[in-house]
Amino acid sequence: MSQGDLLHVVTGDDIGERRRFIGKTLIWGSFAIMVAAFAFCAMAQTGYLAWELANWRPALYSYLLWATCLCIAQVVLYGEQGKRTLFVLPATLFVVAMVIFPLIFALTLAFSNWNLSAFEGPRFNGFDNVRQMWTDPFYWNALKNMVYYTLAILVEYSIAFGLALIQASQIRARKFFRVAFLMPLMLSPVAVSWMVGKSMLEIRFGPISRLARWLGWDRPSFFGDPEIARLTIMIMDAWTFIPFMMIMLLAGLQAIPREVQEAARVDGASGWRSFWEVTFPLMLPVSLTAILIRIIFKLKLADIIINVTSGGPGGATDSVTSFIFREYRDRSNVGYGTLLAIVYLVLIVVAITVFMKAVDRWMNPRY
Amino acid sequence: MAEQIFHDHASDLSHKAKWYVGRVAVYGVLIVWTVVCLFPIYWTVTTSFKLAPNVMQGHMIPFVDFWPAWKGWDSLGLSPRLVGQESTVREEFLKRFTNSAITSVSASVLAVVLGSLAAYGLSRFRYKFGFMRNPDISFFFLSQLILPPVVLALPFLVLYRSLDLLDTRIGLILLYTLTVLPIVIWIMRDQFLSIPVELEEAALVDGLSIWQAFLTIVMPIALPGMVAAFILSLVLTWNEYFFAALLTSTDAKTLPVMVASQTGSQGINWWAMAALSTAAIVPLIIIGVVLERFIIKGMAAGAVK
Repeated sequence: MSQGDLLHVVTGDDIGERRRFIGKTLIWGSFAIMVAAFAFCAMAQTGYLAWELANWRPALYSYLLWATCLCIAQVVLYGEQGKRTLFVLPATLFVVAMVIFPLIFALTLAFSNWNLSAFEGPRFNGFDNVRQMWTDPFYWNALKNMVYYTLAILVEYSIAFGLALIQASQIRARKFFRVAFLMPLMLSPVAVSWMVGKSMLEIRFGPISRLARWLGWDRPSFFGDPEIARLTIMIMDAWTFIPFMMIMLLAGLQAIPREVQEAARVDGASGWRSFWEVTFPLMLPVSLTAILIRIIFKLKLADIIINVTSGGPGGATDSVTSFIFREYRDRSNVGYGTLLAIVYLVLIVVAITVFMKAVDRWMNPRY
Repeated sequence: MAEQIFHDHASDLSHKAKWYVGRVAVYGVLIVWTVVCLFPIYWTVTTSFKLAPNVMQGHMIPFVDFWPAWKGWDSLGLSPRLVGQESTVREEFLKRFTNSAITSVSASVLAVVLGSLAAYGLSRFRYKFGFMRNPDISFFFLSQLILPPVVLALPFLVLYRSLDLLDTRIGLILLYTLTVLPIVIWIMRDQFLSIPVELEEAALVDGLSIWQAFLTIVMPIALPGMVAAFILSLVLTWNEYFFAALLTSTDAKTLPVMVASQTGSQGINWWAMAALSTAAIVPLIIIGVVLERFIIKGMAAGAVK
């Protein structure tokens, strides 16, 4: 991460003994309240107290109280320096509460058997879930599909690059085309799955099926054959996200100084060569950012699949997310689903780290 | 007419022909892609005015192929005929619409506030929380992007159940804020890095405190970036389906969930589904057309360094 200019200000803060005491009391006092609230909720839930407690809300409120006190105490304790901490602290506390805590919770969940619709609570079952995953052909199939879906990004990338090149060249009605090309990104995937997946691709009356018949495909069927179904999903997803890559690439193209391309032309490079030897290399950093973000979005792919094919035929279009969604819908077992999701997360983190390291090696070779 | 004296050389003429071919190809590609992008929208909007025979016979162009009817909009209670009357379907639709609007706007506002503050702090001051320094903190925020929603979905289902936040708007708002926060931080960090530090230095010399300087000097300059981040978050949260489908059931159900729940049951009653889809996508189409500048700015922010 690059770091811009820092603001250097020297402030003379005189924090007295009394202020320091108040600050410390605020933090630790509210912390004690939070611990007490958690303990109280836990005891009430497990039945140690005679008090019936409907939910864990008190714990939530005590966390909010502690977070607020922590923020106030920063100013009390550290003066000007504390006011600066105040910029980052709220977001940090929010993310910690919303990500780190649930992730730790997810880890305990992943090794238990918990059917939400059943009356009994979670039951620790060790590595049973892992064993089940190992022998679950549908999960591996979904992972394999994710590889295919991710590879489709290369095709999306080339289309988006072509469109960005055209948009960056001298054309009329540029603004109209830009707005028109942006439209698919604005549509909700759920609406798209009806508009395209369920009506335009409908076998009897859909306009695309009519077009396919007119072109000579006798019995068009877009979701019958596994390969074709997967391809259709890829195309629909590409349709919504090509504008995204296109705009990032367009911004990159517009940032390239004109002189570079002019110099290439003066040196006698044809359009094709000046693209491959000047524009494309200059675009590499932007391209890699665009592809990386696209991969991240692609890994979340689920909405279209859930709504159009719900994984069918025979799991051929399943993504990991849609598979876990279905797994939960069908069996309402949160333990197994969580384990699958965590394995998925680990795979993603490993894959993206390797990808970024490889890119880094390739962009900054060490001779 | 006299014979033209000055004319292009034959070799130049071939050049010109090539130029025209190039233009035709470029505009051909542009128009084809425009059709690809806009046809589904056109199809959905026109289908919402169709009747059964129009659907079966594949009529495409209103007023030429078929005469528009309000049947699809009747089924939503939004046609001119039914607008004045009581309609349970319309109430249901409006409820989902308000839910979507409230959750997406609040989540975006919250994300922009939290994200801008964090991005400003990270771009201006040096922090040290334990072993975490500035690059680590930035990475901590941005790495949330990699986290697929499915990892959090089931734990949140259980947590929200014990917190009694299932099927509430607050619960959705918090989760949506989390999902767009890294994007906001990314855009805003870029925005703040492009504002010279001298501005605040001057303000501080003039006696403003750091928060006053941020609120009165820096924020107005960074406003376009904040709008861009807000619009982008709005688009993402308005369209969100996965969390909404898992975590809401009756009260807090959002528009995408309603659209999804109707797709299966309608059969060939395409006009009803088309009307619903149109109503669900119209707000964003308007935003896209009117605020296109900001959306593009937001998405371009990370691309060019």
